[in-house]
Amino acid sequence: MPEPEVDTRRREIAGVLTGEFQSPSPDQVLENVLENVLLFLTSRRDRNAVSLVCKSWYRAEALTRSDLFIGNCYAVSPRRAIERFRRVRSVVLKGKPRFADFNLMPPNWGAYFTPWVTAMATSYPWLEKVYLKRMFVTDRDLELLAQSFPAFKELVLVCCDGFGTSGLAGIASKCRQLRVLDLIEDEVADDEVDWISCFPESGTCLESLIFDCIECPINFEALERLVARSPSLRKLRLNRYVSIGQLYRLMIRAPQLTHLGSGSFSSSDIVAQGDQEPDYISAFAACRSLVCLSGFREIIPDYLPAIYPVCANLTSLNFSYANINTEQLKSVICHCHKLQIFWVLDSVCDEGLQAVAATCKELRELRVFPIDAREDSEGPVSEVGLQAISEGCRKLQSILYFCQRMTNAAVIAMSKNCSDLVVFRLCIMGRHRPDHITGEPMDEGFGAIVMNCKKLTRLAISGLLTDKAFSYIGKYGKLVRTLSVAFAGDSDMGLKYVLEGCPKLQKLEIRDSPFGDAALRSGLHHYYNMRFLWMSSCRLSRQGCEEIARAMPGLVVEVIRNENEEDKDGFEILYMYRSLERPRIDAPEFVTIL
Amino acid sequence: MSPQLAKPSPESSSAGLHFNDTELTLGLPGATKSGTKRGFSDTVDLNLRGPCNTDHASNPSENDVSGDSKPPPAKTQIVGWPPVKASRKNVAKISKYVKVAVDGAPYLRKVDLEMYGSYQQLLGSLEDMFSCFPIRNYLNERKLMDPVKGSDYMPTYEDRDGDWMLVGDVPWKMFVESCKRLRLMKSTEAIGLAPRASQKCTSTSGSKSL
Repeated sequence: MPEPEVDTRRREIAGVLTGEFQSPSPDQVLENVLENVLLFLTSRRDRNAVSLVCKSWYRAEALTRSDLFIGNCYAVSPRRAIERFRRVRSVVLKGKPRFADFNLMPPNWGAYFTPWVTAMATSYPWLEKVYLKRMFVTDRDLELLAQSFPAFKELVLVCCDGFGTSGLAGIASKCRQLRVLDLIEDEVADDEVDWISCFPESGTCLESLIFDCIECPINFEALERLVARSPSLRKLRLNRYVSIGQLYRLMIRAPQLTHLGSGSFSSSDIVAQGDQEPDYISAFAACRSLVCLSGFREIIPDYLPAIYPVCANLTSLNFSYANINTEQLKSVICHCHKLQIFWVLDSVCDEGLQAVAATCKELRELRVFPIDAREDSEGPVSEVGLQAISEGCRKLQSILYFCQRMTNAAVIAMSKNCSDLVVFRLCIMGRHRPDHITGEPMDEGFGAIVMNCKKLTRLAISGLLTDKAFSYIGKYGKLVRTLSVAFAGDSDMGLKYVLEGCPKLQKLEIRDSPFGDAALRSGLHHYYNMRFLWMSSCRLSRQGCEEIARAMPGLVVEVIRNENEEDKDGFEILYMYRSLERPRIDAPEFVTIL
Repeated sequence: MSPQLAKPSPESSSAGLHFNDTELTLGLPGATKSGTKRGFSDTVDLNLRGPCNTDHASNPSENDVSGDSKPPPAKTQIVGWPPVKASRKNVAKISKYVKVAVDGAPYLRKVDLEMYGSYQQLLGSLEDMFSCFPIRNYLNERKLMDPVKGSDYMPTYEDRDGDWMLVGDVPWKMFVESCKRLRLMKSTEAIGLAPRASQKCTSTSGSKSL
């Protein structure tokens, strides 16, 4: 089906050639000019603003928007989206709320890709890119996608589930223009299909192949041949079924890689003793463009020195699956002067973080994950590590830090030293834990963060927190868009401060905090500006939620029971979101839409 | 299987080792912070002989080094807390892979030390892996295999300092923490390794009631 704009141009050219050219009307000229100008406008916020100017601008913008972003798949229906935006090349769809990642949402809640792919199959023949986050995607959906879009180039699935290797086989074999296949933190079923062998034999355009989340073996010989016939490959992230010996074989075929996920980084179970181990150091040294390194899923730390040659060029290093200790980290990090993104396990201890602070002066993003994610685990990192990072890494913009002990002083220090912070997420794993030196609540620390970090848009709080912390957030957190609260606050006032004080708030997720119906009511003026509100195990009543639903017809108010819950009126979770549509009809039995 | 009775080692508390949930410990985690390898007197009687753990259970005074002998009560885990994705909790399960070499064998294996709770379990697994190589398990005289051609194999390991030690020298947790690789060494070559271990062997084997 030829594109309308191509047709118009053909006619114009034909008109000029035959002398039948008719000058377009002034309005038409304006609209053509506008469309051409708008082609350069990529930011969706700018485009939203443009579409509000007047009807003709609305139309022009709708015709020229090629990147469709839908932050909540239930906020708008596929039909409505397709009717407005007719020439879309790329779609981003997000489904479940983030707390679903932690088993707080019963399975089969929703967020199905099927209605979307079905609608797009007939309406967006030129579709090139699909990015899905927390959606339920079936093998049939993938099959339909592969069949329907001849120009399809990029598939990125993040935290999705519902499909398996048979769906991937369809994508590999039918999407002949495929450049990107990125599977990130998905749950992929093992259908025992050799999907790696399904890529075109003659050669591929693959630039990025990421499958480190796949928890089943792959056909290595087929992968090796695939890499050999994919000359554009720059990003390759292997799963833990690829041994270091196999990694070597791939690396020597693809020294042009910029992003590498190293698989298990461990020898396979049985290795011939007589054989020399390959020269891993040379293989890494040959990858002169390597800037991003991850994997290390079952690391044998002996092999760490192999990566030394690339450390000086690395901008991103992900050790968050590598059980390494302080000394092992130090041996690597001392070379990583250009590092901007660093993910690591707390097994490296405070001293390891001190080493990071000493070397990584360009650090923008740090994530420290717990090797033992339980409330009462040892906790090898503390305020000492946080303080060190704040002093050494002044350009820090984003931090996620799991720990068992923290002090207000260290958090305050970070608020002052790292004024560029945009994302601050601190998770003190023991619930209600105070400052472990002063015994005080953590109010002052988080207060300092919202006060001093003027660019802050995302905040996650933890530890012992009173309503005072929330008053700080409401007073100073004027740019905060995403707020995550757990086991915090004393009374309804806490939630009120935030709902009344934070005009930019879009995503609010709260669990196990003493906020009730009165607090919920205080946000009525703001809920249409938000993407969603999640409240679980708080002090809400069914009537309180019904009141909101009555007051705000543009909100979908879902109350979600635990599947085992006997009491049909009781509920665990309130999940509400603005929507242009009537409430969804695909909700399971344990969801009640008020 | 009988639980390990061992004091939490100082190294393990400072390195944030994860304790096996079924392990009984004497004293609260992190109670001792001596920071050095434990001396001989600390290791005697506090080790690893499977059938002899019953002796310890009936002689609590021997093990009452730090007082309280009850493990701290584990808190019931709350759903979804801490907020770590299942993929990180499962795949990032604590594992510690080390290579295992056997003198004379043409291949290396690897084992995950975190899969085992005791030396008995590890050695049993090694025996299965290298079934044609009789492994001398001096820790439990009953299981000593008949030497083949007059030689058998001693399990040894290289620790973090680069020293080769006899397996069983130190408490299990400390071993897991410090072991870099395993080698099943021909007994003839193993003489001179950690002589203390063989002293312990003779002294404790005398006190066992089998």
